[in-house]
Amino acid sequence: MSETNSSAATAPSPTSPRAIELIGINKRFGPVHANKDINLSVGQGSIHGIIGENGAGKSTLMSIIYGFYQADSGEIRIKGQPITIKDSQAAISAGIGMVHQHFMLVENFSVLENIILGAEGGAVLAGALAKARKDLKHLEEEYQLDVDPDAIIEDLPVGLQQRVEILKALYRGADILILDEPTGVLTPAEADHLFRILEQLKAQGKTIILITHKLREIMAITDTVSVMRRGEMVATVTTAETSLAELAELMVGRNVLLNVEKTPATPGDVLLEVEDLTVRDDRGVIMVDQVSLDVRAGEIVGIAGVAGNGQSELLEAISGIYPALSGRVLLKGEPIHVTGDADPALLREKGMAHVPEDRHHMGLVLPFEENENAILGYQVREPFVKGPFLDLGAMRRDAAEKIEKYDIRPPNPRLKTGNFSGGNQQKIVLAREMEQNPDVLIIGQPTRGVDIGAIEFIHKRIVEMRDAGKAILLVSVELDEIRSLADRVLVMFAGRVVGECTPDTPEGEIGMLMAGIERAEAAE
Amino acid sequence: MEDFLIKLPLLLDSMIRLSVPLLFAALAGLFSERSGIFDISLEGKMLGAAFAAAAAAAVMDSALAGLLAGILVSVALALVHGFASITQRGNQIVSGVAINFVALGLTVLLGQAWFSQGGRTPQLSPDGRFGELTLPFADQLADVPFLGPLYEGIISGHNILVYAAFLMVPLSWWVLFRTRFGLRLRAVGENPAAVDTAGVSVIWLRYRAVIVCGLLCGFAGAYLSIAQASGFTKDMTAGRGFIALAALIFAKWKPVPVMMACLLFGLLQAIPIQYPQISLPGIGIVPGQVMQALPYVLTVVLLAGFIGKAIPPKAGGVPYVKER
Repeated sequence: MSETNSSAATAPSPTSPRAIELIGINKRFGPVHANKDINLSVGQGSIHGIIGENGAGKSTLMSIIYGFYQADSGEIRIKGQPITIKDSQAAISAGIGMVHQHFMLVENFSVLENIILGAEGGAVLAGALAKARKDLKHLEEEYQLDVDPDAIIEDLPVGLQQRVEILKALYRGADILILDEPTGVLTPAEADHLFRILEQLKAQGKTIILITHKLREIMAITDTVSVMRRGEMVATVTTAETSLAELAELMVGRNVLLNVEKTPATPGDVLLEVEDLTVRDDRGVIMVDQVSLDVRAGEIVGIAGVAGNGQSELLEAISGIYPALSGRVLLKGEPIHVTGDADPALLREKGMAHVPEDRHHMGLVLPFEENENAILGYQVREPFVKGPFLDLGAMRRDAAEKIEKYDIRPPNPRLKTGNFSGGNQQKIVLAREMEQNPDVLIIGQPTRGVDIGAIEFIHKRIVEMRDAGKAILLVSVELDEIRSLADRVLVMFAGRVVGECTPDTPEGEIGMLMAGIERAEAAE
Repeated sequence: MEDFLIKLPLLLDSMIRLSVPLLFAALAGLFSERSGIFDISLEGKMLGAAFAAAAAAAVMDSALAGLLAGILVSVALALVHGFASITQRGNQIVSGVAINFVALGLTVLLGQAWFSQGGRTPQLSPDGRFGELTLPFADQLADVPFLGPLYEGIISGHNILVYAAFLMVPLSWWVLFRTRFGLRLRAVGENPAAVDTAGVSVIWLRYRAVIVCGLLCGFAGAYLSIAQASGFTKDMTAGRGFIALAALIFAKWKPVPVMMACLLFGLLQAIPIQYPQISLPGIGIVPGQVMQALPYVLTVVLLAGFIGKAIPPKAGGVPYVKER
């Protein structure tokens, strides 16, 4: 089952009318063949999932359908009619609507203004706004998509912003709705709500294409699913006839363990203690509110939460990047200056390593060579220095060792870091921090934008570090990741730790904590 | 004190005259910057327009021809800025600086080559200038207490460009906030990707914005050389483009506050003209130079961001590149 016929993506029910068909789509970016002979056929009124690792070519394909790029060759048919989609305008007229991963909304505009943008229907706005208000009310009733038309986008939570994006597409008369990684920014409850909306849209005869890397979502909501791998469409199957394991295998081309194998933790001494830590950001908003936690040697403490609930600020304060307002942090029993000029370099010396959440902005200097990034932050240590100079030979030998040990590809220490894939970039950061043998390891989003093969490797390394007696504090917005790695799970909401659970606590219960619903409330 | 009251109408009259070029230029900047194209070349465009207007007016002996020539040159410079920053995705500050230098040098060079008057253009005849208009009933109403002097002395008696400038304020507001063009223009300055995915061309929209900017800078320049003065002199804009930029930022990129800010700068420029000798209790006579420097000092203070936090259009200064 490792290779499936790539030329004929077999549609499960070829007799039903087709909403959209792609035939032999090819797209190259220079030497990269991003889409190879893609065939796809989506039945009208169905929910079709497209899954694949990062860089498998899903986004390129959707951009071709939405007119962002032109295919080098191939044909697109809408309801059986061949059409050319030369720009977004053409896609919109063909009845295609897209909900982008990063919302295409003007943040200081009202909902109504965003909805009419590009579809005003007249040079003067007054009439258009009145008409849109009426049509919007209609749409809201039809699809149960409540949103205040006069609200300003930046005041709305992301779930509602996404609803505006959907309304925008519907207002333009979209019959085919493409959603690109729609649940990435949502709480589990918001995601469930989105799925109900999608069901509703489907019931009204809309065709939905859902792009995601979350297999569970595919299983939960789609009728059919296509799998992409390295620019090719490797399989199209009926969801009801497949399984998580089969899809995962199709995505990477080999068996992947979705669960991390690990023995129970044997916690030792407390190595990292955080007491009443409060962090106020540049806007003056309290982002971390009196958080206390401790991490022992030989255990992984996971912090779960929807992005933006203070996890990033917590990490930055503990690792000395951003000064905290108040509170104490003790590293191996010794207080560190988190409220003043804490020095990340000093913390490193004292045995705390940090894998930052955002490898592009904080973890790596992308234009640098791999071997330079591989020692960044440790460049003043033996064996990388020779007097006031860097020992380039030692750096490259060290880089070559890490490349070997962490299976970083391509194995070239002189390559620009920006030219590695996301997963390999992450491995460069992890190798750098782990190989210095720290006692405390702070890790933010270890597998964000990383493909499944690399995820497995990274998870294994983290567990190995734990088994070697390191104290690990792990923050991830992927609940699955937290549950499979952590020995204890803390949930953050609105800057506070709102609960502590064991990793086998049901997902729904943790999800409620992540959404700010107290356990007592939930029990009622 | 008595002196102050007598001169008050004159002060307000000067304030209006002096704020007009600032107002045209600031509104020009408003359109450009709201679309996401930062423009520090308001100064250069004004200067180029002032020269072209004076030269054309002198040669053809027509104010209207002068105005059109000014607009033409200013729009051409705006298109250069547009080409550099929209099509070529260059740095908008560098392009703006280049235009300012080109305008500064070329106006004097061409002036000397064509008119041989040390970079000046010839003195204009009355036909070559925009003359002052007396509004209806101004003379009859002059004797009515308070309202009379206000109407006759301050509101009436300006050239047509002054009225055009102030009419431009509600017009700009209407265009920006009540038309499709304005909605899209504001959107493209905040999030060009949203405009692009809505099926609207980001490039064409931004070009139209810089053309409007050039047009208004053309009015500003023409006003200086063929309405306020009667001929072009070297560097006659004297930093007004930058003052307009400061007014725009101070006004947080909104038309009516832009007018208020320009009137404030106009007032600061008018004070040393009408009251060359100001004596303050305890200090004595304030040197005229101090008063003359005030608008520039305020510009620096505003541009350095001392007064409030001005949030510029989010996509300002960033060339739009379709993401991969």
